[in-house]
Amino acid sequence: MFELSPEEWTAIRLSLWIAVTATLASLPLGIFVAYVLARWRFPGKVLIDGIVHLPLVLPPVVTGYILLILFGRHGPLGAPLAEYLGIVFSFRWTGAALACAVMGFPLMVRPIRLSLETIDRRLEDAAGTLGANGLWTFALITLPLALPGLLVGSILCFAKALGEFGATITFVSNIPGETQTISAAIYTYTQVPNGDASAWRLTIVAIVIALFALIMSELVQRGVNKRLATFA
Amino acid sequence: MISVDVALKLGAFDLEVAFENDAGIIALFGRSGSGKSVTINLIAGLVRPDRGRIVLDGRVLLDTKAGIFVPKYRRRVGLVFQDAQLFPHFSVRRNLLFGHWFAPQQEPGIAFDAVVATLGIGHLLDRHPTLLSGGERQRVAIGRALLSSPKILLMDEPLAALDSERKLEILPLIESLRDEFRIPIVYVSHAVEEVARLAARVVVLENGRVTAVGSVEDVLGQNLAFTGESRFAQSSVITGRLSRVDTDYGLTEIAHPAGTIWLVGEAGPVGREARVIIHATDITLSPTKPPPNLSIRTILSGTVAGITFDHGPLASVAISLDGHGQLVALVTRKAIDELGLHRDDQVYALVKTVALDERMVAAKQA
Repeated sequence: MFELSPEEWTAIRLSLWIAVTATLASLPLGIFVAYVLARWRFPGKVLIDGIVHLPLVLPPVVTGYILLILFGRHGPLGAPLAEYLGIVFSFRWTGAALACAVMGFPLMVRPIRLSLETIDRRLEDAAGTLGANGLWTFALITLPLALPGLLVGSILCFAKALGEFGATITFVSNIPGETQTISAAIYTYTQVPNGDASAWRLTIVAIVIALFALIMSELVQRGVNKRLATFA
Repeated sequence: MISVDVALKLGAFDLEVAFENDAGIIALFGRSGSGKSVTINLIAGLVRPDRGRIVLDGRVLLDTKAGIFVPKYRRRVGLVFQDAQLFPHFSVRRNLLFGHWFAPQQEPGIAFDAVVATLGIGHLLDRHPTLLSGGERQRVAIGRALLSSPKILLMDEPLAALDSERKLEILPLIESLRDEFRIPIVYVSHAVEEVARLAARVVVLENGRVTAVGSVEDVLGQNLAFTGESRFAQSSVITGRLSRVDTDYGLTEIAHPAGTIWLVGEAGPVGREARVIIHATDITLSPTKPPPNLSIRTILSGTVAGITFDHGPLASVAISLDGHGQLVALVTRKAIDELGLHRDDQVYALVKTVALDERMVAAKQA
């Protein structure tokens, strides 16, 4: 029978929660970085672009290890964050979300950037001459017109976050109920005797979630395309 | 009152433009690449000049010496783009209200209903901009700019993307903006008809420099090259009085001291002053009074004020009409030689009535 154990449920809930958190938390920074890359001209832009895309090409374990060094309890960023803001990453679900956000970030930035680059700048000029300052123009014109990119970027980041394994397990280990996502749980079950049934069930859940996300993104895309078609 | 004096170097392009205008419409006229649009963008604050000063109604918008640069959103300048640039994610109504919302609330602005009525866009309000035709889009764009209660309207080739029928729809609307809302307009165009019909004054731009400034009557027809395609753009503007509408034949009669001008169609109320645009290629010249057995109805008498030859087969003849006004005719060099035309000779200008219709006549500014 297909009945999920409490441990399996925990892994599923945690996976979804971590992926949603990672996506939503990285969205503002993603928009900002995409805007900078799309619009600003400055020396060293190539370097920024490279750093943003680095997690895409680095082995995930390397990314996880760098996060461990930087955001660990005694790391140069982890220590002050824990002391002054009370945010602890190491061996917590927050760390898993951070790892997922970093891994998903390049996938989020690219579509937003492309969306921003296709916006006719004269629409912003028009808004300006009509009295809207830079912030209003961004809020009323730029951001709404970049909506397709925002949606696609968010979906891609969410999908990446759901499947993330290497960086997460390196950074925050594999603690059931805290950092053990579906991927980590499946890995664990394959390492223990009689874990096959659990691994199977989680695999099916993973397929269902992935399929659901794909269909959702397809529907969203279609809706966006319909609106875009009327834009043209 | 606007006064503009700006200089800008953009790569190989070098712009230096200065002009002033009180009320009514001033046209920036010139071929593409002459710097018309850049000048408009400088006034709107979309481009920063190297040097310059722009004053609008006593308010300094730009003064590079004093370090003043008023940002575009505080200039109160309504810009109408060639391709409308309506916000695609807003309805027509929200497009119209966009600038209205940012306009200072304490001032009595331009009323929404009046603009919608004048532009005839009431039935479009709930539509999406993408479902509008080119002409409708441009009308909404004009309305949107107007409703931001600007001190001046800048129109950058607003009719260039439209077919000639749509142009005919919108031209009178622009005239009514000028007269009803009393808003000064800087109108950029490379089309003589539009300039002659709308503007009181013209600034001719060539390669980033002002080559002529003055009234439409004085400037047009003089500084244009007359070889190649552009010869079809060369025209003159004659001011006369609309004296009679012949409903039997469907013709309009315009009285001028040099002769009667006939045009096709029934153009507006009798008694008003009218400006008629006559293309230089539509004029035939005769040194003697033409015989009555020609189909030509419009015969204007005058004297040759000057003949200009280009390096090709054509010559441009300027004719001082009896009474007032100047007419420019394009003929071949061969014809000039064979007729033996010279400066100060008496000459008759023959214009085919079918070449003139009611769209060539503009109501003189009230």
